[in-house]
Amino acid sequence: MEKKITLAEIAKILEKYEIVELEDVKIKGDIELELAEGGGVALPPSIAQALQSIISAAHISSSTTEAIATTAQALQSILSPGAGAGVQKAQIPATPAEELELIRTKFEVAKTEWNGQIEEVTIGATRSDGGTREATVTIGGEKALPFYNFDYQMPHPPVISVDCFDMPISLAKAVREHYEDVMEDPGEWAKKNVREFGADMVTIHLISTDPGIKDTPAREAAKTVEEVLQAVKVPLVIGGSGNPDKDPEVLEAAAEAAEGERCLIASANLNMDYERIAKAAQEHGHVILSWTQLDINAQKTLNRYLFKLGVPREDIVIDPTTAALGYGLDYAFTNIERMRISALKGDTDLAFPISCGITNAWGAREAWMKDSPIKEDSDWGPAVYRGPLYEIMTGLTLGIAGGDMFMMMHPKAAGAVKRVTQMLFGAKEAEDEGKKVKIEEWVTWK
Amino acid sequence: MKLNSPMEVWKYLPGTNCKECGEKTCLAFASLLLERKKKLEECPPLFEPKYAEKGKKLAELLAPEVREVEIGIGERARKIGGEDVMHRHERTFFNRTALAFDVWDTMKEEELRERVRRITDWKKFYVGEFLKVDAIAVRSVSGDANTFARCVKRVAEETDFPLVLCSFDARVIEEGLKEVSDRNPLIYAADKENWKEFLGIAKRYKVPVALFSPDLDMLNSLAVTFSSAGIEDIVLDPGTYPEGQGLEQTFSRFIKIRRAGIVEGNKGIAYPLIAVPMTAWMVHGTENALEASYWEAIIADLFIIKYADIMILHSIEPHSLIPERTLVANIYTDPRRPVSVEPGLREIGNPTEKSPLFVTTNFALTYYTVESDIASNKIDSYLMVVDSEGIGVESAVAGGQLNAESFKDALESFNVADKVKHKTMVIPGLAARLSGETEDVTGWTVLVGPRDSGRIPGWMEKNWPPETVS
Repeated sequence: MEKKITLAEIAKILEKYEIVELEDVKIKGDIELELAEGGGVALPPSIAQALQSIISAAHISSSTTEAIATTAQALQSILSPGAGAGVQKAQIPATPAEELELIRTKFEVAKTEWNGQIEEVTIGATRSDGGTREATVTIGGEKALPFYNFDYQMPHPPVISVDCFDMPISLAKAVREHYEDVMEDPGEWAKKNVREFGADMVTIHLISTDPGIKDTPAREAAKTVEEVLQAVKVPLVIGGSGNPDKDPEVLEAAAEAAEGERCLIASANLNMDYERIAKAAQEHGHVILSWTQLDINAQKTLNRYLFKLGVPREDIVIDPTTAALGYGLDYAFTNIERMRISALKGDTDLAFPISCGITNAWGAREAWMKDSPIKEDSDWGPAVYRGPLYEIMTGLTLGIAGGDMFMMMHPKAAGAVKRVTQMLFGAKEAEDEGKKVKIEEWVTWK
Repeated sequence: MKLNSPMEVWKYLPGTNCKECGEKTCLAFASLLLERKKKLEECPPLFEPKYAEKGKKLAELLAPEVREVEIGIGERARKIGGEDVMHRHERTFFNRTALAFDVWDTMKEEELRERVRRITDWKKFYVGEFLKVDAIAVRSVSGDANTFARCVKRVAEETDFPLVLCSFDARVIEEGLKEVSDRNPLIYAADKENWKEFLGIAKRYKVPVALFSPDLDMLNSLAVTFSSAGIEDIVLDPGTYPEGQGLEQTFSRFIKIRRAGIVEGNKGIAYPLIAVPMTAWMVHGTENALEASYWEAIIADLFIIKYADIMILHSIEPHSLIPERTLVANIYTDPRRPVSVEPGLREIGNPTEKSPLFVTTNFALTYYTVESDIASNKIDSYLMVVDSEGIGVESAVAGGQLNAESFKDALESFNVADKVKHKTMVIPGLAARLSGETEDVTGWTVLVGPRDSGRIPGWMEKNWPPETVS
């Protein structure tokens, strides 16, 4: 007997003659059962039982016992998934055998190629470059949207700069507990950021220089910068107090004190004497942060002013302003995304690495407030868990929009943003447990 | 959608300005069609024989690039997909990512009902409305069809939320489905092994079905196969790997699929996408619940932005739920929507002439936050909304849109002195530096309120009424 018969065909024949039970069946010769991939045959339970009885009734010669037993087992598992519990149940309606084949198709999608490229900017200078840093960081260089490695491999992963201040400041409880021991000493603070929190860079904010706070003279602020440069060997961001009248003087003195270290001077903006700041940065070998407030045109304008002053393109980083999750993050996200897309399309006014002040996330009341002030709200849970996640999600969201550098504060948040952006960057050293997880098993996960 | 301007839409309308749709002109109706605020069915003439051709063509041209699929029924039904753009600023994202939270069939009954209630009842005030979550995913952990069916039944009794029934075993799904076949649940999921059975079920019960495969050739094949069999309510799961390069590749798969659908017009794969951030729990485990919930939120963040139309989450703790749902609100807000409210004098509760007068800006986010903080604490008061050109307090003070003159203009144009006799106003803490000048310019007494309006109740205890009022 040469004719081969598939399981589906047996099923059909049995179904055709409404056979529900086979008695005294003896099969001689080889049984060849072709099982379609995935056992794509749905059998009425009664037929399934009948078939099972064929298998078990088949006379098996000793030489083929094992082979046939395996086949029988495989067949049984197809016939009665779920340990056979359902097979005996009469109330399950019969699934008609579908006469379907999978329509095989290839998935294809084109790469997106852009004309523009983001400027590559290096911050920090080692001894060979006239500074004293042990390492430098380089950001930018993208020719595609962030983490779109299938279009063009992102050249550098985003970096994290952890904030410290030149005086104790008021911080949300969840943040404060990590810094209480170093708040009086900017050098120790900076050290802690690097040693314990793995900061790629440190930002020293010279906020005490604000005439409304302590009005610390520029000279003294410069000393603080020297202290921090001594304390840590990572590249530095030097921030003023945000006072437009005082900052030019303070940042000028700081730039001089940090001569040759290629710090990022934060920042020049349109409401102040940006020229003085830009010149000081250039004279003493630093990079300038060009800061505007959620306004693409203002960013283009300020950048053009900087070009006019002769600031080289590789010395510019931009800060288009960060708003917190829930408090304008949508504007910040779209503002950055639009700038990045314009840059990739060829707008050279905007083709610069982007820095984001993620610590702003703590401005969201959900990040720090104990309970909701809205009586009808569901319980907010402990603020200490909410805060870091607000910072993480503000950071990651702007990273997906185009951020290259994040100024952050909570160690857990800084660590998480670092880790996830490394993964998305495709870092080889990133732990690769994900691949080992059988993800479809989330359905039965306990 | 292939049409970009109301004029392009108008060309396919009767052009008779018959007003049957409720609009004055066909052009007005055209612009609302474009915004998806009106449906074609609201233009009856379009279905008359003489316009039928145009109507059919218009329906095709207006169809979103990504298919829109509805899950659930009634008021809580959620549309997912239906997107037309890759970036929100290109127009807007239309249907926000539906957040589905899981329950499982090995839960004890009381525990199950309590969890379902918590998910269903959860709410958080944000910009003038209460945010809620969207759906409940029922997982078959037991693998037993009856156990699953019993669980589905209990969940359905407890909530009107759309349901996602989750098992790769078609028999289990079908048993569960029988309990809620009138609730239009999403069934999850067909894969390369079980697809024929799922196809049969989707056809017989007419419910949306999810297809699973991290191999995009297979996923595309499944989608094309289902659609050829007449099933169009499809949701695609390209697999969510929670870590490392698996996560990088997951990110790229979501983007590639959406790009193929929207940019390249590949209808075979232009379906809503489902992400499963809860795979983070498989790596971190319940013993590291905080870590797991953070990583789940991180993955949710990625795919709320990059193209998941529905996602399945495990943590229902507020610390992750609040930022996740807030991010959905942020990303899916129409970027063309005005960000300001009308300036004016609002009455909160039942104020008298001795009630406090609070001042805020007309930036929508600020206004709604302040308004709700005062209202929910039942403080009878006036709220003067000053025109700051739609900018928040801190930025408006820095940028000059909010100054002593703007307070004066507001007091005069809203005739505030007619309602408030004590001539005292409470300005935002973030505008403290304007207090002196404002007193000089307006002649009113200025009190500086808290920096966050959530602290107004505490501020009131210490500062109200001041001597100027009593």
